[in-house]
Amino acid sequence: MTDFIDIGSVTDIPVQGARIVRTAHGDIAVFHTASGHFYAVDEYLEGKAGPLSNGIQHGEKVTDPMRNWVFDLATGEAQGADEGCVGTYEMKVEDGRLLLSSAAIAGQVAAE
Amino acid sequence: MTQKLIIIGAGMATGRALEQLIEADPNAYDVTLFNAEPRGNYNRIMLSPVLSGEKTYEEIVTHSAEWYEENGVTCRFGERVANVDRARKVVIAENGEELPYDKLMFGTGSNPFIIPMLGHDLEGVIAYRDLEDTELMMSMNETNKVVVIGGGLLGLEAAAGMAARGVDVTVVHIMGHLMERQLDEAAGYLLRKALVDKGITVRCQANSKQILGENGKVRALQLDDGTELPCDLLVMAVGIRPNVKLAQDIGLAVGKGIHVDDQMLTSDADILAVGECVEHDGAIFGLVAPLYDQAKVAAKTLLDEPATFVQREISTKLKVTGCDLFSAGDFAEGEDREDIVFRDPARGVYRRLVLQSNKVIGAVMYGDTADSNWFFGLIKDATDVSDMRDTLIFGPAYQGGTPMDPLAAVAALPDDAEICGCNGISKGQIIAAINGGADTLDAVKATSKAGSSCGSCVGLVTQVLGLTLGDEFKMPEKETICKCSDLSHDDVRKLIIAKELKSIPHVMQDLDWKSPGGCHVCRPALNYYLVCAWPGEEVDDGKSRFINERVHANIQKDGTYSVVPRMLGGITTPKELRAIADVADKFKVPTVKVTGGQRIDLLGVKKEDLPAIWYDLGEAGMMSGQAYAKGLRTVKTCVGTDHCRFGTQDSTGLGIKIESEMWGAWSPHKFKLAVTGCPRNCAEATCKDLGIICVDSGYQILVGGAAGLDLLEAQLLVTVPTEEEAIEVSCAFYQLYREGAQYLHRPYKWIAKVGLDWVKEQVADDLENRAALAERFRYSQKFYQVDPWAERARKGVDSHEFTPLADFTKVAAE
Repeated sequence: MTDFIDIGSVTDIPVQGARIVRTAHGDIAVFHTASGHFYAVDEYLEGKAGPLSNGIQHGEKVTDPMRNWVFDLATGEAQGADEGCVGTYEMKVEDGRLLLSSAAIAGQVAAE
Repeated sequence: MTQKLIIIGAGMATGRALEQLIEADPNAYDVTLFNAEPRGNYNRIMLSPVLSGEKTYEEIVTHSAEWYEENGVTCRFGERVANVDRARKVVIAENGEELPYDKLMFGTGSNPFIIPMLGHDLEGVIAYRDLEDTELMMSMNETNKVVVIGGGLLGLEAAAGMAARGVDVTVVHIMGHLMERQLDEAAGYLLRKALVDKGITVRCQANSKQILGENGKVRALQLDDGTELPCDLLVMAVGIRPNVKLAQDIGLAVGKGIHVDDQMLTSDADILAVGECVEHDGAIFGLVAPLYDQAKVAAKTLLDEPATFVQREISTKLKVTGCDLFSAGDFAEGEDREDIVFRDPARGVYRRLVLQSNKVIGAVMYGDTADSNWFFGLIKDATDVSDMRDTLIFGPAYQGGTPMDPLAAVAALPDDAEICGCNGISKGQIIAAINGGADTLDAVKATSKAGSSCGSCVGLVTQVLGLTLGDEFKMPEKETICKCSDLSHDDVRKLIIAKELKSIPHVMQDLDWKSPGGCHVCRPALNYYLVCAWPGEEVDDGKSRFINERVHANIQKDGTYSVVPRMLGGITTPKELRAIADVADKFKVPTVKVTGGQRIDLLGVKKEDLPAIWYDLGEAGMMSGQAYAKGLRTVKTCVGTDHCRFGTQDSTGLGIKIESEMWGAWSPHKFKLAVTGCPRNCAEATCKDLGIICVDSGYQILVGGAAGLDLLEAQLLVTVPTEEEAIEVSCAFYQLYREGAQYLHRPYKWIAKVGLDWVKEQVADDLENRAALAERFRYSQKFYQVDPWAERARKGVDSHEFTPLADFTKVAAE
């Protein structure tokens, strides 16, 4: 069973906004899309894209501000001709709180 | 065998009937057309634009002498019909000539009602009915006073038309508010305010007593409270009466008008009647839409084809520039009726819907009539609106609906929507040109002038062609804004204004966006177009801006940011330099560099530190240099007459003034300026978006330079003698670019598209337009000259952008 850690309130991220969660292993970008969904993906695709939390969101996608790669927030896959995939993490919303899978954080902590 | 048809009266109804008849069967009748006016059919409802000078008589002629000749119509213009002998089926002309007929059609129209008060027969007392009346009103000028009796549609159009010519006009209206048959009190009030702003004096609840004259000529109108309103001309526009005299004389059934049945036949089966002279089912008609319906039916009846005239809902629009009002249906209050009202006093907008049994039965709109056609449709179709009641008043964009076809946005525009801003050509005029045979874009340009100046409306003109001609017209491929839409940048910009779209979701809904939330290409473009179109309204959506404009700093390749404070004209002080040095130390800024635009750049700043750095810089009096913006960047200067022995003018001072006036503005792309004190050009003004070269006699203003991917020398726009004019031209040019250029096009690209000559016409030659552009720029600046750094460093705006949501790195370290 997956453990979850409270990372904040749903109101901490405006609609179509994104914020980062810092972990020892790197930043995770948490997105709040226009449809009301939340997604957690890696802030950077090493050497290729990021910081994704700075991108423009559209639908359930985000465009990287540096090279205009478009990533699907649910799968982490780069769209179109670009090839690559950012890590995605399980998230859920309960009672207005944002919960991120502890594996996303603890796993990386454990790797130390 | 060809039958003989005689028509009495060449007006809009008989004209349309004639067209329909000839189109269906040109050989069915041998037609003779009598008209008491010494001319053929013209578009009577367009007399108001003729009066105001927006059109000429020639432009409103619907049937020329050639048209009548080509279609074999025998014209007897300037001749009245003296009598009709129904038993022998002959018409007797004024000169006694007898003409036999098989069918006779009455189109005798209406007579203006003249209040039979004392003095109504004085010279200078007229109605507003035909070209002669219009010409008399057109002969008035700034030195004349005119009184108009009647605050209805016609009276107000007459008043506004003369006021546009500088005439001192007073409207006298007996009722409590203007246009009481079409408007409720609130809308009447807004209309009155707009007319007063145009310099028209309005007196409501004013009862006319008598007309005073001198030497047989009108001198003044006296009200029953004794007030005298002096005038050189008195126009009575208090209503019309169907002209039934001849019909009555020859024994046709007549009430208020000539009685007709659903086939437009009078009580004599060989005599038809159409237009303002008829009475159908108790109603008489004054607006053009039902007259055209009657004409259609009459033509079919003449050809022995079945057709039925049905009275339908009619709507009213006032043809006065700057007064947008719309009224349709029934808007009286009643116990079983409910109102939905929306008001926006700042914009002078008023909307009211009257509902009965969950259906809209009436609508009154003032100031914002963009959705009027949609509301009118709800009334006509008696749509049940219970499901959309909550958002109904906001219009169609706020209703869930079926996706539209790509042409729907243009199809939904009313005929009077302006398509070509340069030449003031409406959608209706373009359609008229197309119907007149112009079936290609070039032909439309040649005949209507639409799209022939700056060319930015060509996309919309093409769509009107597509809509009007249907499958006969092949839509050319065009560059669309992005893959989310079939519209071009220019189309989108014009539709945002024409349809008054004020948010990105609204634009996407109304213009049939193909993706749910757009993409990174269209979202920033749309956001800019909204910001430019609606200054002062909360249209700016930070989430649609590129990161630099969202956090007001330039993102660097490692995810850090650069910070550039504004230094007006490139002038700084020891105090500012100390503050910059202090923040560089305090926040361990790795690189401090002087930029190409004469500013100082702090590079390598962490995102979290931005608000704190801005706070410190703000303490020293500095604000954002907006070095990240698609907007006004920098004004470079040389030292000019302050220090330089070659300087001809105070180039530094002018640069500071220009930058003070222009900072904060957003534009399609970045905009860089320079002011140099002499032709030696130390400030490098000749490769800027706008450069000013000071010379002994004044200021040369150059535009469209580039020194990036493309290298282009700026070209001379105009030379002006004073600083004030140099600033005015700079603002006007920037505004023209802001309003016209495609997003991400620098001025040189835009100029290549519209042509420098056109830009010169707009900014250099047309002084009125120059002033209007500069005024619009200054208005916009009222809202955008806000230091974004101060808002974020001191007021906590967008604080979520600068701090992590959570930080688990410390947890890990423990």
